[in-house]
Amino acid sequence: MAALFPSGPPLGDDAGSGAGRGVRRAFRQGLLASLPLAPVFLPFGLIFGVVSIQAGFDLAQVWGFSVLVLAGASQITAVQLIAEGAPAWLVLVSALAVNLRMAMYSASLVPWLGAAPLGARAGVAYALVDTTYALAVVHYEAEPGMMMAERLAFFAGLAVTLALPWPLVCGLGAALGQALPGGLGLDYAVPITFIAMTAPMLRSRAQIAAAVVAFGLALVLAGLPSGVGLLPAAILGMAVGAAIEARDERRRFGR
Amino acid sequence: MSDATIWAIILILGMGTFLIRFSFLGTVGRGSLPPWALRLLRFTPVAVFPALIAPATVWPEAAGGGVDPLRLSAAALALVVGRWLRNTMAAMGAGLGALALLLWLGG
Repeated sequence: MAALFPSGPPLGDDAGSGAGRGVRRAFRQGLLASLPLAPVFLPFGLIFGVVSIQAGFDLAQVWGFSVLVLAGASQITAVQLIAEGAPAWLVLVSALAVNLRMAMYSASLVPWLGAAPLGARAGVAYALVDTTYALAVVHYEAEPGMMMAERLAFFAGLAVTLALPWPLVCGLGAALGQALPGGLGLDYAVPITFIAMTAPMLRSRAQIAAAVVAFGLALVLAGLPSGVGLLPAAILGMAVGAAIEARDERRRFGR
Repeated sequence: MSDATIWAIILILGMGTFLIRFSFLGTVGRGSLPPWALRLLRFTPVAVFPALIAPATVWPEAAGGGVDPLRLSAAALALVVGRWLRNTMAAMGAGLGALALLLWLGG
């Protein structure tokens, strides 16, 4: 986390209040902005912990995932596929595919953070999750006059709430997984969680088509060795969605 | 799967995920993704998530490979609530809550 606070001579400041004060203010702003979203990531960590323990993983592995990967959906994807007995290469490809969207986040932060020191950029990359990305980019666009040190401090404020407690939350989920009795239907927590994540994204025709095609083809290919149908189904769903969206945009805006 | 394999998966997944996050920030945006690639990337979650859970949704292990009406109803409820309220938390709460209740009533 220290990498997010570049030290060095104070940079120029507007009201002569000193760069340190601006940086501390930005950190507090980040902290405040992140608080309403803290309850949003909590259930994912809990579900990951519960699902992992019930699939036979141990606490060290739960923490290994949460510290090294720090991405709820791909952690759950990996654990689900390992539990289904999928081959290791497929677990990796699928769990990484779930994280590919983060390349977009990385690209869209370059105009704001590209000039930061390498260590700070690495720190930001480590803590780059859906919520920190969304809050940071909205704030940077609203306040384009921020100094680099302030932008980094704002991001650090977000990360303290939205990334740092992640292993703790996953650990809590693991404890819960050991304590909870059977018969609650927790074996079905993964389908419910991913449906709940996908449903709000089903806005346009293209998005609905992508989801329906991917779901349908995955069912058709369910007889293949565990999990292998996932890749062709997801790729076809993405392609169909992208094609429909492109066509709808051409229609709307004329050729 | 052996413990060593699982740890190898954790390590490689961790490195790979970091490299994805660091990609453009690390190279300071030399070259950007073409528009068609960005469009495809935007469709990853909406296609990968349904494909991942489709078999386990329709034929859950708890039902021994058959269809389980209780679990399927809970899944449908999560879908309807999530799409209607545009709220993931509400959808998770509704789906998991309804399933626990249905299993308790039915068991």
